Amino acid sequence: MRQVKHRNSVSKLLLLGLAFLLTFSTTITYAQADAAKGKELFNSLCAACHKRYKKATGPALYGVTERHSTEWLYKWIKNSSALIASGDAEAIAIYEEYNKTPMNSFPQLSNGDIDNILAYVMEPKPEKPAGAVPVAGAQAGGGSSDSSATNSIVLGLLALVLVVLIGVLFLVNKTLRKFAQANGVELPVKEERKPIWKAFIENQFLLLVSAVFFLLISGYFVYGFLMQVGVDQGYEPVQPIHYSHRIHAGENKIECKYCHSSARVSKHSGIPSLNVCMNCHKSIAEVAEETQAEGLAEYGVDYNKQIQKLYKAVGWDAGKQVYTGKTEPVKWIRIHNLPDFAYFNHSQHVMVAGVQCQKCHGSVEEMEIMYQYSPLTMGWCINCHRETNVNMVGNAYYEKIHEELSKKYGVDKLTAAQMGGLECGKCHY
Amino acid sequence: MSSNKKYWKSVEELSDSSMVEALKQNEFSEDIPVEGFLEDKQVLDESSTSRRDFLKYVGFSTAAATLAACEGPVVKSIPYVVQPEQIVPGVANYYATTIADGFDFANVLVKTREGRPIKIESNRLAGANGAANARVHASVLSMYDNTRLKSPQVGGKDTNWASFDKQLADKLRKTSGKIVLLTQTFASPSTKKLIDEFASKYTSVSQVVYDSVSNTEALNAYEQVYGIRGLASYDFEKADTIVGIGADFLGDWQGGGYDAGYAKGRIPQDGIMSRHVQFEANMTLTGANADKRVAVTPSQQKQVLAALYGFVMGYSVNASLPAPIKETVKKAAQQLKAAGSKAVVVTGIQDKDAQVIALAINNKLGSKVYDADRPKLTSQGDAKKVAALVADMNAGRVGALLIAGVNPVYTLPNSKSFVDGLKKVGTTVSFASNNDETATLCEFVATTPHYLESWGDVEINKGIYSLVQPTIRPLFKTRQFQDTLLQLIGSDLTYDAYIKNVWNTSILGGASYNRALHDGVFKSNKIAKVVASAESEEADEEVRETPVFTSSFVTSVRSLTSAKAKGLELTLYTKTSMGSGNQASNPWLQELPDPITRASWDNYLTVSKADADSLGLENENVANGALNGSYATVTVGSVKLENVPVIIQPGQAKGSVGLALGYGRKQGLKEEMQVGLNAYPLYQNFNSVQSVKVDKASGVHEFACVQLQKTLMGRGDIIKETTLEIFNTKDKPAYNPTPMVSLDHEETPVTSPDVDLWDEFDRSVGHHFNLSIDLNACTGCGACVVACHAENNVPVVGKSEVRRSRDMHWLRIDRYYSSEETFEGDNEKKEGFAGLGENLSGFGEMEVASENPQVAFQPVMCQHCNHAPCETVCPVAASSHGRQGQNHMAYNRCVGTRYCANNCPYKVRRFNWFLYNQNDEFDFHMNNDLGRMVVNPDVTVRSRGVMEKCSMCMQMTQKTILDAKRDGRVIEDGEFQTACSNACVSGAIIFGDVNDKSSKVAKSLESDRMYHLLEHVGTKPNVQYQVKVRNTKEA
Repeated sequence: MRQVKHRNSVSKLLLLGLAFLLTFSTTITYAQADAAKGKELFNSLCAACHKRYKKATGPALYGVTERHSTEWLYKWIKNSSALIASGDAEAIAIYEEYNKTPMNSFPQLSNGDIDNILAYVMEPKPEKPAGAVPVAGAQAGGGSSDSSATNSIVLGLLALVLVVLIGVLFLVNKTLRKFAQANGVELPVKEERKPIWKAFIENQFLLLVSAVFFLLISGYFVYGFLMQVGVDQGYEPVQPIHYSHRIHAGENKIECKYCHSSARVSKHSGIPSLNVCMNCHKSIAEVAEETQAEGLAEYGVDYNKQIQKLYKAVGWDAGKQVYTGKTEPVKWIRIHNLPDFAYFNHSQHVMVAGVQCQKCHGSVEEMEIMYQYSPLTMGWCINCHRETNVNMVGNAYYEKIHEELSKKYGVDKLTAAQMGGLECGKCHY
Repeated sequence: MSSNKKYWKSVEELSDSSMVEALKQNEFSEDIPVEGFLEDKQVLDESSTSRRDFLKYVGFSTAAATLAACEGPVVKSIPYVVQPEQIVPGVANYYATTIADGFDFANVLVKTREGRPIKIESNRLAGANGAANARVHASVLSMYDNTRLKSPQVGGKDTNWASFDKQLADKLRKTSGKIVLLTQTFASPSTKKLIDEFASKYTSVSQVVYDSVSNTEALNAYEQVYGIRGLASYDFEKADTIVGIGADFLGDWQGGGYDAGYAKGRIPQDGIMSRHVQFEANMTLTGANADKRVAVTPSQQKQVLAALYGFVMGYSVNASLPAPIKETVKKAAQQLKAAGSKAVVVTGIQDKDAQVIALAINNKLGSKVYDADRPKLTSQGDAKKVAALVADMNAGRVGALLIAGVNPVYTLPNSKSFVDGLKKVGTTVSFASNNDETATLCEFVATTPHYLESWGDVEINKGIYSLVQPTIRPLFKTRQFQDTLLQLIGSDLTYDAYIKNVWNTSILGGASYNRALHDGVFKSNKIAKVVASAESEEADEEVRETPVFTSSFVTSVRSLTSAKAKGLELTLYTKTSMGSGNQASNPWLQELPDPITRASWDNYLTVSKADADSLGLENENVANGALNGSYATVTVGSVKLENVPVIIQPGQAKGSVGLALGYGRKQGLKEEMQVGLNAYPLYQNFNSVQSVKVDKASGVHEFACVQLQKTLMGRGDIIKETTLEIFNTKDKPAYNPTPMVSLDHEETPVTSPDVDLWDEFDRSVGHHFNLSIDLNACTGCGACVVACHAENNVPVVGKSEVRRSRDMHWLRIDRYYSSEETFEGDNEKKEGFAGLGENLSGFGEMEVASENPQVAFQPVMCQHCNHAPCETVCPVAASSHGRQGQNHMAYNRCVGTRYCANNCPYKVRRFNWFLYNQNDEFDFHMNNDLGRMVVNPDVTVRSRGVMEKCSMCMQMTQKTILDAKRDGRVIEDGEFQTACSNACVSGAIIFGDVNDKSSKVAKSLESDRMYHLLEHVGTKPNVQYQVKVRNTKEA
């Protein structure tokens, strides 16, 4: 009986499933297409100009199949300009609407690929992603408070047990004394002894030693305190735009000197001007959803809003895709401040010596917010100059001096210090 | 009982106790004079602050300040929104442009950092015209002058350009009389065309060109001979014999800019150097550099010229000259004739006859020293027309006067009648950048930009065109004169587009405009050959063929020989630092000492010792060494100049006095800059020579001199001198002996390692910098001093501090006079002293300079000693030595003990007695945001209490090394430069690496002329000097 019943349920389920599939296969043709593959293609080919739910350089693509026939889309995507040239009214309308900016042609895409992409772009916008996150946050918060509550309950109980035990011990002691008195047992009387602090004060030697000790300790701490005055290691100010080096240098692996290009030629590494940001952000108006969620959850920052701040500063109208000309330069807060009397040249270190940026600035690619990694003290500079060998290979400038110096010092590799990198006037003039 | 006993302190107390009581009440008979430091007495009395409160406030504020100091300031960085492609923060850009302010014309390079010009350099591509003098170097600071006008004005009120244009155009249209443009010499083809267009648009427009320091006579003479209104352009490098008669051609004579060529001819090569004889009244740079200088009064100069003409032409002229001078003239004439086409005669006598005769002599000699095809066009003024204009104005014939680039109210000798005339002119417009004397009297003030903010073109020499391009956006609401003209003629072109049109159509001849803009200079080969005009040609021919005067020459010479002095003769001159006074508000120039008198922040009457004695004028040095001088009243005709300070000038011709123009500006500049006296009222009829009456006035003037000693005191080892003859015929020990010191009672050369206190450091590895200074080539022009100011952020300290010898110049140019006739005579006299008595009296005599002394200049900066005395005495090791030969000074390490300065034998270290920036006591450019824009960001601005000195431009050598490292190449000779070597167009200062054996400086180290300053001290300096050689050969 049992077995039969079971078999029945399985076949029923299969039947139902089949019916379900059949009904839906007629309504959505793209279900055969692979939205995951489509996403890949979309990100690599289309995302520069198109967004799914928002107008960018090109139109928003959600609902595109409702606006145009699939056949038309195949033609358009493979060669839009040919379509325009053929005098297709739909094509010309779009061409006119978007300031006569032709769409790139993608003849490499097969119809299947295009189906995949269309499947991806036709996925409806997920509901309330923003609302979901705070809930998740609240849950996480609740969870942690739960665990701490249990901890404190346990601790409280333990404390209570301890108090009870002490009370019991005291009572037992008292009872025992009573018994002893009752039985005539004589308890030993405590001798009156000199208090230890008095003895300490009377001992001159001990006093002197401890005074010296005390002074040395306090001297050590005072010195430590004074030495950190003006050293801003770890300085992490709040910037007018929350700029994440983690995302740019870490996740997207943008080379440091792409933005800080003057580090190649100048003493300043330079804060990139906003037109450098717009090289990419012209087409990146929003971050990926996961990134946005991550930002809100872990750093409490709305990355998209930060991009909007950039647009405001540079005067970019994302809707119309034009510069308005109204600019508001960004007042960044400077993190690395060398005193005016110290000369430091980025290009010397980055280009000539080939020092990695991270050597002084730490692993910037992991920093959500930039902070001062190194102490930037003279001792720190000098140590590095003492330890670092100068990279001389293949540089005609160094040939002669290397030959002479290595003969003089009897070494093959020369440190910056041996090259004269410790002389006062090399950095102070 | 005892409590009633009373003790008297004095008899008075017993007899008159009331008085004592009064005294008791009033302990101080009068109030303590606290106003001096507490300012407002009333406020002080009313305030309830007790001493306790005061201490509380001090305590709290100290604590608060301490706490506040724990928190670092927040520094903001604002990047560009769109960064211009060429601008990289931290990397300098250079632009070629041209200065043409009516007095100085030069092709220059402008160094800009982060878009702001910070330094002017010579444009070497432009040859002689690219030689920037001290004023041109300093001109960048004039742009950052915060007394500049910031917007156009109408009737003394700020307005905007739209309303200004409307009002001015209305007024001009309604003008009935003549419209006159009174302008500086623009020498600009585009401006000329534009003014012509303006003239065609409005009725009866005329242009009057006015040079505040006139060359009218020389121009007239040149025009008569060559048919072009210009000035001969000399290249003294080609000259073997130079005779100067009252021509300060190393100064500002006929536009100046001749020192580079002159200096090249002065360096003995293959036993040859030029011979220079100078006849002059004032002691000028030119006379100081001459081989033979003869002090003659201006009227005698005319006789000298006439006599010279006679000797060259070969017949006798009846010149009334003392026999020795006549003899010198004769010998000079012989040398001129011997040099033939390599000889030149120049004269600064403001007389057409004299100028024509000088040209005639050169013509006779066949001189190739000047190029008649390419005369200088930088002075076009006509004194007669200016005088006529003033008359017209007073007669009410001028309807509108547009004044551009000149300040006639200040510079005109008849300024008063100009001011009167100005009141009768309907519309007055001044194109000025400061609210100067003229602008304040004009109804319209069209505020003009500085040349570094402007477009323009200049034809300095005929056929040699230069472009002016802006190096920064206009700082204020200013507009160029030419742009205003374009507005007035209703053109919608901007002046830069206009220039481009003019250049493309009529100048470039197909060449690239961008190329010309990049170079800053364009040489057109399409110029007409110029020959001396028929009339004078004829005259010359006749002169050449037969020694017979043409009528014109007869009268010319006769008028010269008839010149007679009436009383004292005044020669007005322009100073190296101030020129015509265009840049009076420039603190660098005010503080630049005069190369001869070494006085800064002043002009003064230079008087010979003999005249001073007879007039009762005195100079004395007060207790701290500073110079004081009498005042004099100078009268020319009816013009009286009162309280003119007097300096007794060795070498001043007896019967002559000198006074500099360009000082005494009172309008549109800070009070600190209003120094000196305006000598323009004495410049009657635009003649620089005037007969004057000098009377002693009461009072004593305090000078600010940077050098107080005058003579060399026979210390021939400081400035080593020799004659060309000895140099050519004898070996090094004869004229440049190595100093000997005693080692175990044996004479040993100081260069021997045995006598050295220190172990020698191996300097053969890497770079080893040396600076070589050729005393033969150094003319003392002072361009290097200003360049050093600009490059190294050297502060300006002001007159009273200079007087206290607290000047901050890192580089000074010492000037020495001889006490005997020559320095050699001094040396002999000193050697000849016998006994203590003779020593004492002899040295006393040697402190006094000769009546006509020899002069020598010596630039002195930190000598960067390899065995530096300053380094060993520094208690905190702030001064240390670098491997590359530079003596380093770490300001942040210095605690200001000043031991180093005391131990420096060269006295080149400078102490910051005060904070010179952002300090109202020193209200110069470093006290305002605008002025501080000139600061070089690569060099620290020093604070109070630290020592500073020449760093051998460490920032420049380091940059050169870095550039080479980055490119991976070897550094070539000439790449290493310092600010001074870069500024020195005469080639006197050479910088380089002596470990690079092919470098110029390594060769000069091996030269026989090379010596070190105070070599016997054993400091082993890295600055070399080259022995000065004089060409004493007479005929």
